[in-house]
Amino acid sequence: MASSDPNEDSAHEMPKFDYRATRRDFMLKLGLGINAVAGALVGIPIIGFFVSSVVQKQGRTWVSLGSIDQFPEQATRMAVFINPYRNQADGDTAHIPCWVKRAAGETFKVFAINCTHLGCPVRWFEQSKLFLCPCHGGAFYEDGSHAAGPPPRGLYVYEHKVEKGELMIKAGVLPTLADPS
Amino acid sequence: MMSTLRNVALWFEQRLHLVKLWEQTAGHPVPKSTGSWFYTFGSMTLTCFVIQIATGIFLAMSYVPSAAEAYHSLELLNYTQPLGWVMRGMHYWGSTMMVIMMMCHMTQVFLWGAYKYPRELTWISGCILLVVTLGLAFSGQVMRFDADAYWGVGIGAAVGGRIPIIGDAVVHLLLGGPIIGTDALSRFFALHVFILPGSLLAFVSIHLRLVLSKGINEQPKPGVLVKRETYDQHYHGIIKREGVPFAGIIGKDVVANGILLLVIVALALFIGPKGPGIPANPPLVIPEAKPDYPFLWLFAAAALLPSGSEIFLFFIFPTIAGLLLFALPFISNEGEKHWRRRPVAIATVVLSYLGIGMLTYEAMVGPWSPHMDAWSGLPIKPEYLKGRTPVELQGAVVLQKMQCRNCHAIAGEGGHRGPDLAQVATRMTNPQLVRQVIQGGGNMPAYGKNLSPEETRALVAYLSSLHPPNVPPAREAVGPLKPIGESQPTPTPGKEVTVSQ
Repeated sequence: MASSDPNEDSAHEMPKFDYRATRRDFMLKLGLGINAVAGALVGIPIIGFFVSSVVQKQGRTWVSLGSIDQFPEQATRMAVFINPYRNQADGDTAHIPCWVKRAAGETFKVFAINCTHLGCPVRWFEQSKLFLCPCHGGAFYEDGSHAAGPPPRGLYVYEHKVEKGELMIKAGVLPTLADPS
Repeated sequence: MMSTLRNVALWFEQRLHLVKLWEQTAGHPVPKSTGSWFYTFGSMTLTCFVIQIATGIFLAMSYVPSAAEAYHSLELLNYTQPLGWVMRGMHYWGSTMMVIMMMCHMTQVFLWGAYKYPRELTWISGCILLVVTLGLAFSGQVMRFDADAYWGVGIGAAVGGRIPIIGDAVVHLLLGGPIIGTDALSRFFALHVFILPGSLLAFVSIHLRLVLSKGINEQPKPGVLVKRETYDQHYHGIIKREGVPFAGIIGKDVVANGILLLVIVALALFIGPKGPGIPANPPLVIPEAKPDYPFLWLFAAAALLPSGSEIFLFFIFPTIAGLLLFALPFISNEGEKHWRRRPVAIATVVLSYLGIGMLTYEAMVGPWSPHMDAWSGLPIKPEYLKGRTPVELQGAVVLQKMQCRNCHAIAGEGGHRGPDLAQVATRMTNPQLVRQVIQGGGNMPAYGKNLSPEETRALVAYLSSLHPPNVPPAREAVGPLKPIGESQPTPTPGKEVTVSQ
């Protein structure tokens, strides 16, 4: 430090620095190389962690809605199942509702609760035989087809089967327009 | 004694160069005219942000970011943790104020032409701050992990699922898994307390650095045009003529910020925090999922725009609006700064506020959402039943039982999704009513399969009686003048309605 006054900018008064001096240049390049490799080794797991829910996507799996006897014929009832990918910290959000319509015998139709417009929960009205969405007024008929309002399609339908008197649906994934069922 | 203090001060000065820092920041010269009430919104936005950081840190000491615990921890904050409710209240009202102050600040710098040369980057960094702040507002709403927040995430996922090609990946990335659960909450938590506040700090620094290096915009004068070649000189001239140290003109800022703090504290104390509402338990199908104030206009637009325009509303419109916003300093880089001579700027502000304001109002009164309890909770008023025939009264029962009133009001009572039925007979003839009920259409479901012929006849008979006593019911424009068949049941009390088979 040439100057004794701390407020005077002395940083500019250093001798000219030659960035091409060979050994320093080599060290810098080596350092950059090491850091590039290390950066990749640090970064790849971070990115991998972040996108893991996309890359290792969990698909739908069979879930039981219980005995078919609880669903009267010619009626639509709410059924609640536990999300197959339940995490202990999920709490109540692991309980996923859906609408089950039993036409007759073993003929069922299971609809997702999510409106096809923007995902709000649709409610069943037994008297008018309509599903109504509270958010923007979407309406669906008893068979899930679009009746009125902004939804672009009918209700999402779960794949289902009846096994040993139990109604099973393929669930675990939030139905959206990109992945309806 | 004085000399000791002086020595201590000098010791710090030698190491921290405080005089230089002061000269470059608080002491830097600004145009005298900027000491104005209109120039206080920026510092008020910053004050809100400081409040958000301070209260947010302490909220994080009690809040548990897990789907199973979040709701409970908020209730503990509200009712058990001493002063927890005040902390939540200040955080909620601080965020509301931050968005409002930011809008005021943005409107002011827009109308004052502050985005023009040479402050393009100041404007752009401000736009980034706007996006980040709105991100904080949305993710903050998710932290209040109640039913609204849960379905709000669902709406976010549904919007993401509408993106062509990458929609599915976006949904999984957003939720951190295949379905809404604790992983989704944790993602939004990380966003809300680390990523977005960190970005905000970084961009606030850049924003302020630019304000220092490019100077505060002078109060524009009508007719004084900005030119790239001459502006810098012009500004230096102003500074030379009427420059004052920044610290000398902050009086109004200090007053405004003091009042702002008082308002936030008062709102927190007297109105208190928001929610949490109904617990996030999906089988409790909630009546309505409404977002917080900053997003109500979007919610309303989603309902009011024609079906199929969602791609436009959620992707094309924000992209165009965002591009216009960011590119503004390049679209209008020079020229007039004063709002009095910029009619397009005034029109933009007025139309934007009218649009956002009206949509927000619509969202608050929610006229399109079905009134889910109208059929069971809102009886038809006696004047709309008086003097009706038994068949018509049966029709009124059908109207009520079939949830018609969830969407149709009678004299204002009921849903507003469809038209009010109080005078429907003056608009539609009997056959038209039959067709509308059975086939639906015009955004109404068809009831043909759910109504027996008798119910339909009774319902239409009742609807045909809904007209004021001095206004005749609608009738066919062509055809025989004498009503035939089902048309025109008379509304006269006591008189029987003949319904043909």
